[in-house]
Amino acid sequence: MSTELLISIGLPVLLIVIGRVVGSRIERNHYKSIVERESRFRSQPALSTKESGFPGPVRSASLATGSVVISVDHFKRFLSGFRMFFGGELRSYSSLIDRARREAVLRMKESQPDAHAYINTRLETSTISSTSGNEGIGTIEVLAYGTAVHYDRAP
Amino acid sequence: MHPGGSATRGTEGAILILTNIDSVPGRRIVQHFGLVQGSTIRAKHFGRDFAASLKNIVGGELKGYTELLQESRAEATSRMVAQAQDLGANAVINVRFTTSSIAQGASEILAYGTAIVVE
Repeated sequence: MSTELLISIGLPVLLIVIGRVVGSRIERNHYKSIVERESRFRSQPALSTKESGFPGPVRSASLATGSVVISVDHFKRFLSGFRMFFGGELRSYSSLIDRARREAVLRMKESQPDAHAYINTRLETSTISSTSGNEGIGTIEVLAYGTAVHYDRAP
Repeated sequence: MHPGGSATRGTEGAILILTNIDSVPGRRIVQHFGLVQGSTIRAKHFGRDFAASLKNIVGGELKGYTELLQESRAEATSRMVAQAQDLGANAVINVRFTTSSIAQGASEILAYGTAIVVE
């Protein structure tokens, strides 16, 4: 009886602890890589406008896309359970969405790394439903797409 | 392979210009054909779902799902491109993507745009 109790309480706690330790390490490494890659693409901006403001003639234009599916760890899912009871901002989910969006934009840029600018960039977010009910909470897909433009000469 | 790198290649292998703005910069539009679309509905398969449920514990990227959705988006795009080529277009402008979940574990991906002929 007591081993059953130990398993029924111990297992979720273990998952939460693993989620906390490994999840925060993954997040830290991911942010490090995002910042590093963003600085590499600093001179090739992703714009949400349809014009880049650059007066020169365009050599070519084509569609660039990038997407990512990302999920929260068990610790954050556990925290959000409390937050949903009391209301207020779900801070633990904000960093998840932020990572996903920045990663998607970076992948869009990396799909056509020699473009001079990415105009009319759009971001789409959708939740991925899971076959196992509540497990699907906190899994999202972010798609970034825009038109990659090459100019005759670099701006 | 770059994500979405195969998106501009149609079924016949011909290159067709895709943009998500109202024009093809630097080219003049000669003819409009109207809306073209391509869609696909995909379900996750068991192996990927199981791997994803393990990954769910620690969070982070679910690579299996990312690939699945990229494949389906490339498929939807190539269907749209095939439709545009049937009409005789050489470019599709104002391309939009939408995703909707049809049922638990299945989602539809739709790509649509305006088929045109440019100089």
